[in-house]
Amino acid sequence: MTTMPMIETDIHPAVDNPALPVFLSEDQLPSREGDRIVQFREALREAMSEEMRKDKRVFLLGEEVAQYNGAYKISQGMLDEFGPKRIIDTPISENGFAGMAIAAAMTGLRPIVEFMSWSFSFVAADPILNNAPKMLYMSGGQFGCPIVFRGNDGAGGQLASTHSWCVEALYANVPGLKMAIPSNPYDAKGLLKTAINDPDPVFFMESERMLGDKAHVPEEEYYIPFGRARLAREGDAVTLVSFGRPVNFCLEAAETLAAEGIEVDVLDMRTIRPLDIESIIERVKVTNKVLVVDQSWPFASIASEVITQICERCFDWLDMAPARLNTEDVPTPYAKGLEYDYLPNPERIVDAVRDMLN
Amino acid sequence: MTQAPATSTNPAKADSQPAPTKPSKEMMLKWLYDMQLIREFENRTQQAYQQAKIGGFCHIYSGQEACAVGTIACTNDDDPVVTAYRDHGHALARGMSAEACMAEMFGKVTGCAKGKGGSMHMFDKPNWLFGGHGIVSAQTPMGAGFAFASKYELEVLGTGKKKIALCYLGDGALDQGAFHEAQNLASLWDLPVIYILENNGYSMGTAINRHTANSENLEDRAKGYGIKSITIDGLDILHAYSELKPFFDDCRDKQRPGFVNFKTYRYQGHSMSDPQKYRTKDEVDQFKDQDSIAKLCSDLMGMGHIDEAGWKSMQKEIRNTVLDAVEAAENAAVPEPGELYTDVYANPEKNLSPTATYTHGTKNPLM
Ligand SMILES: Cc1ncc(C[n+]2csc(CCOP(=O)(O)OP(=O)(O)O)c2C)c(N)n1
Ligand SMILES: [Mg+2]
Repeated sequence: MTTMPMIETDIHPAVDNPALPVFLSEDQLPSREGDRIVQFREALREAMSEEMRKDKRVFLLGEEVAQYNGAYKISQGMLDEFGPKRIIDTPISENGFAGMAIAAAMTGLRPIVEFMSWSFSFVAADPILNNAPKMLYMSGGQFGCPIVFRGNDGAGGQLASTHSWCVEALYANVPGLKMAIPSNPYDAKGLLKTAINDPDPVFFMESERMLGDKAHVPEEEYYIPFGRARLAREGDAVTLVSFGRPVNFCLEAAETLAAEGIEVDVLDMRTIRPLDIESIIERVKVTNKVLVVDQSWPFASIASEVITQICERCFDWLDMAPARLNTEDVPTPYAKGLEYDYLPNPERIVDAVRDMLN
Repeated sequence: MTQAPATSTNPAKADSQPAPTKPSKEMMLKWLYDMQLIREFENRTQQAYQQAKIGGFCHIYSGQEACAVGTIACTNDDDPVVTAYRDHGHALARGMSAEACMAEMFGKVTGCAKGKGGSMHMFDKPNWLFGGHGIVSAQTPMGAGFAFASKYELEVLGTGKKKIALCYLGDGALDQGAFHEAQNLASLWDLPVIYILENNGYSMGTAINRHTANSENLEDRAKGYGIKSITIDGLDILHAYSELKPFFDDCRDKQRPGFVNFKTYRYQGHSMSDPQKYRTKDEVDQFKDQDSIAKLCSDLMGMGHIDEAGWKSMQKEIRNTVLDAVEAAENAAVPEPGELYTDVYANPEKNLSPTATYTHGTKNPLM
C-alpha cells in the first residue's frame, strides 16, 4: 500500500520543527526606510509571487484573480507569470472553492484562497470554521491544513452593511486558526510570506482602503514572525494598542496629540492569534494607561480580549480602567459622514485620549 | 484548467468503456469477508453503544455494505476517499483495522484519531481516508478538492499519476448547496471525483420523495452539470462491480467526474436514538429478505468458490476479529488530560491562547 504523503513535505505534528523560514528579530529585519516605494497591494503580490516561485505547491484561487487581474488588482500580472493552473479564477462559490482548497491543503498543497471581501466568507463559514481549523485535531494529528484565506476586511468606502464586515472578532474565537492583520505595506509582505509558510490555517485580513497606501518595501527577502507586536510610536502618556487600518488612525491621532504636548504609544499588534501580550504589558508598565482601538464592534471584540488579558496579567500596573474604542455598535451605514463617525477615526481617538487624561 | 475543456460539454455516459474487469475468486471472497466484517462490527458497535461504552451520535452501516465494499473494490489503494458520518463501513473497507475503528468510538488513545473524532470522524492517512465528516454535504467540495490535488500533483508538480477521488454522500446531502457548487466545480475543471450517492431512501426520518425534487430522476441533476452518471442496484455487489468498474476506469482515464446513484437500504435507525416511526417493519423486512451479503454468499456458493463449512469458518474468524477489537478497545488507555492540548496547531507558537499552552501530538502507533 502506498503511504502518504502524496506530496513530499508532510508535516506531522509529532515532528517538532516544520520547515519554517528563518525569523529575524525586529532590529535585524531590513530597514523600513528607503526609496523602494510600493503600494500595499503590490507588497501582497510580491509576497505571493516570491513564495510561488520558490514552492510549486503554492497556488492562488478566488474570484477574478486571474484574467481580470484581481478585483482589486492585487494579483495583477500573476496569471502571466504562473499560468492558469496556479492562478485560478473561480465561480462565485465560496463554500465550494473554500472546501475544495481545504482538501487540497490536507494533501500537502499550499492554497491561498482570496475572498473578494471577508464579508463574503460567511457563505463559506462551514468549511473555513468547521473544517480548516479542526482538521488536525479531529484526525488525531493525521491531517493538517496549511492554507491561507485572505481578502478585504472592514469598511471599504460607503459599501454599507452587507459589504463592510470586520470578521476578526467572530473568527478569532476558534482554536486551530491563526490570524494576521497588517497595517502597512512592509508588514503586509512580511506577514503574508510567513502565513504562506505556516503549517496551520491562517486568516489574513487586508483593507480595501489601504491597498493604495505606499511605503518603502525592501528588495531583500524577509519574514515577519507571528506573535510580535511593533511599537510604531513611543510615548509616555497612554498606550494605544491597535491592529490593521486603525493603527494608521492612531498614528494620526498621536500627531494631533503631540501638538498639544501629549505623547502616546502606538503599538501595532500585527497578529491577533498569536497575541503578543508581553509587548502590550511592557508598554502598560511604562504608561500605566491603555486604550485599545479596534475596528470591530465592541461586544466580545478583540478589544475585549486584549483588555481581559491586560487585567489578568498586569492589573496592578494600571492607573485607571483600561479603555476601548470600537466601531460604533450599529450596522455599517452608507452615508459618507455617518460611515466616518461610525469608524474609530482619529478624532474619536484624540477625544478618547483626552478623556483618559482629564 | 480555467480554459473550458472540450469534454465539459459532453453530457452523460461515455461511449467507449473498457471491457469490464472480471473479479477473481480471491477478490470476491475478500468482498464477502469485508461485508460480513462490517455487519459483525456494526452488531458489536450497537451492543457497546447500548452498554454506554460508546457515546455521541453513532450511525450504523448495516444493510449498505455492498456500497462501501463494491465501490472501493474499483479503486486503487492510493485513491483518496472521503465520506460523511456513517463511516465505519468505509473505514473498514478501506483497510482500517477493526481495532483502531472500535477504539476510536470507545474514546481511547489507540483509536484512529486518538479518541478526538469519535464515530462520525474516522480518518486514516495510511489508507487514504480523509474522514468521516459530520456536517451533511461538507465533504462534497472536499471530494472535488482531493481530485483537484491529484490533478495538480500530476500537472503542476509533475509527480503522481491519474487518480480518482471517491466522495460518498447520503441522499439528504443532495439538498445542500455545497453539493451543487461541488458538482459545478468538478465538471468545470475536469476534476476526477466520483460522487457516490448512498441512496438509502431516507434523510433521517424524511423519505426521499419528501426531501428532494424529482427524486425518481436523480441522474438528471448530474447531467445538468455535464457529469456522467449511473444508477446501481446496490443489493447485488457482483452486478454493481461489473457496472462500476468500467465507469470508474473511464473517469480515471478521462479525468472527469462521475455520479453514482447507488440504491441501498439501511437496516437500523438513522442513529442509535431513532424510534423509526417513519417506516414500517414490513418495509425493512422486505429489504432484509434481499440481503446483499446473503446474495453474494449464495452466488459464490453457486460458483463453487465457497461452501457452507467455508462460510461458517469465515464468519467465525470475523467474529473473533471483532471480539478482539472490542476487547482491545476496552483495555486500551483513555487519553491523558494533556492530550486536550495536542494536535490543535501543527506549529504551536506561544500566545495562541490566553489559557492554553498547545503542544505537538504524538503519532498514533496504530495508524
Ligand atoms: C448541515 C447539517 N444539518 C443537519 C444535520 C443533522 N443530520 C445528520 S444526518 C442527517 C440526515 C442525513 O441523511 P442522509 O444524507 O440521507 O444520510 P444517511 O444518514 O441516510 O446516511 C441530518 C439531518 C447535520 N449533521 N448537518
Ligand atoms: Mg439517506
